[in-house]
Amino acid sequence: MALLIEEGGLFTTVQDLGRRGYLHQGVVESGAMDRTAARNANIAVGNEEHAAVLEMTFIGPTITFQAGCLICIAGDGMTPYMNGNPSTLGTPFFVPQGTSLSFKVKKKGIRTYLAVAGGIDVPVTMESRSTYLRAGLGGFNGRKLEKGDQLTIGEANELVRPIMEEATKQNRLWEADWRVFSPIIEEQSDDRSVIRAIRGNHYHRLTDESKKKLFQATFTIKSQSDRMGYRLESEEAIQLEESFSLLSEAVALGTVQAPPDGQLIILMADRQTTGGYPRALQTVAVDVSKLAQLRPGDSFTFTEVSLEEAEQLYLEHERAMAMRRNGILLKWKQIRRKLEGKE
Amino acid sequence: MEQRPEFDALSETSITVNLGKDASPEVHAQIQRLLKELNQNPFCGYQEAVPSYIGVTVFYDPIELVKNTKCRSVSEEVIRLLKERIGLADMHEEKQIGEQITIPVCYDAEFGPDLDHVAKTNGLTREEVINLHTANEYLVYMIGFAPGFPFLGGMDERIATSRHGNPRTEIPAGSVGIAGKQTGVYPISTPGGWQLIGQTPLELFSTDREVPSLLKAGDRVTFKAISKAEFLRKKEVDHGSTH
Repeated sequence: MALLIEEGGLFTTVQDLGRRGYLHQGVVESGAMDRTAARNANIAVGNEEHAAVLEMTFIGPTITFQAGCLICIAGDGMTPYMNGNPSTLGTPFFVPQGTSLSFKVKKKGIRTYLAVAGGIDVPVTMESRSTYLRAGLGGFNGRKLEKGDQLTIGEANELVRPIMEEATKQNRLWEADWRVFSPIIEEQSDDRSVIRAIRGNHYHRLTDESKKKLFQATFTIKSQSDRMGYRLESEEAIQLEESFSLLSEAVALGTVQAPPDGQLIILMADRQTTGGYPRALQTVAVDVSKLAQLRPGDSFTFTEVSLEEAEQLYLEHERAMAMRRNGILLKWKQIRRKLEGKE
Repeated sequence: MEQRPEFDALSETSITVNLGKDASPEVHAQIQRLLKELNQNPFCGYQEAVPSYIGVTVFYDPIELVKNTKCRSVSEEVIRLLKERIGLADMHEEKQIGEQITIPVCYDAEFGPDLDHVAKTNGLTREEVINLHTANEYLVYMIGFAPGFPFLGGMDERIATSRHGNPRTEIPAGSVGIAGKQTGVYPISTPGGWQLIGQTPLELFSTDREVPSLLKAGDRVTFKAISKAEFLRKKEVDHGSTH
């Protein structure tokens, strides 16, 4: 055992980058809502990007480390405190045995991720460690974490092991002198009031008025929003030219549906695999992480980009992520060389 | 008469291809041939495909595609690759690839709280509803909505009943329902608005199995009426041994 949950917080679950390959069996993808933050936290501690992390929502948990761990906290949801002292986001830390980690609520943002070198070691269910609460699938017994739960940690990458061993010997907190930030490319600013989207395949069936409204109106996230979907509220309803019946087909992360009442729904990580409402827009992949940090009551507008632009943004983001991963591996190599007295 | 396939980008990482306008066994067979082709002969970056009543949505990794094909537009390249696969799929021999599965159902009032309503709405007796529901062979068009939930086609229209105006908040796993001309089975306990006419002791979704979903698109299903005693016995055999 390595992590003892003293308080579960509002909604803390184990997530990775999602359960893929089973959509045709109706099994939902799940996975981290803010994938950029989860990936950042993982690569900072030398993990695979797909390693399981804790997703903490709004009110964070209190955790005691029962063994020394190398950790990184990322995502803009709350402020971390280590043994009562404010701590930084995006920096890898070695926390000695007995360290207590707690969180304070922030004015903005809602989700924070805790990565531990080696990853959270819960059983792999259908090729993923993600929790899908509705079916009680995956994660820690298919549920959110509660007081008294104990989590085990997998084996850390050999690159980071020497620093962990050294810090364990000295039994003290160690902190890297670098950190990972969330907006990873320039085009992905941290302004969450504008979300980019491409036209959905039923956009052309909206009234002319609604087509304009989509990119002008302010949308507010309703309180009924959850990991499955964000329900939006706008002053004017988004209407179809004429109603038509639609056969259910696959939907994607960030699909924006227009149900008959005219109030949009954005499908998020725990979305159902198929949907039967008209698809008005599709959020660009790199902006889904921004959406994931919006909380009920927050407002934003959509701005239109072309499919080609969305593809370019996706490719740039992935290339930047790969460069960051390589850069961090180099940093760990340097740290190891220093430890071995070679520098 | 063959329809030209229609392509639509769902996102930067997925494209839907529709092979027909309406659900039919012919379009379904074409979809199954394409799925078979894609899974046997996946293109570079291919991740998975989700069938619907009239088409297939293909999910892919744009980075893999760009690395290996040097294409300029990822979605155009995927459409080109999909057209190729559709051409190859059409050469597969025509035969049904799904399995035939019998689902035992207890139609007792305790398990089918809406059976009376379905009978009354359609001017039938309970027995007539059960006879009509168990008479046909159904085609699994797709699995969606919830883990393992089958969308079945081929129900006798004489028992078609519109769904509840106000959905139930909790439907027991295994419940067999009717919604309009469709029938289906709830694999896990969820909210839902279908008319419940019975319950099966079979587990439609279980992670204890290698393939968790009992049914897959292309399977053919028949329902068989069983007594309550048989229901309880089967439930014991089906769930008892694994837990």
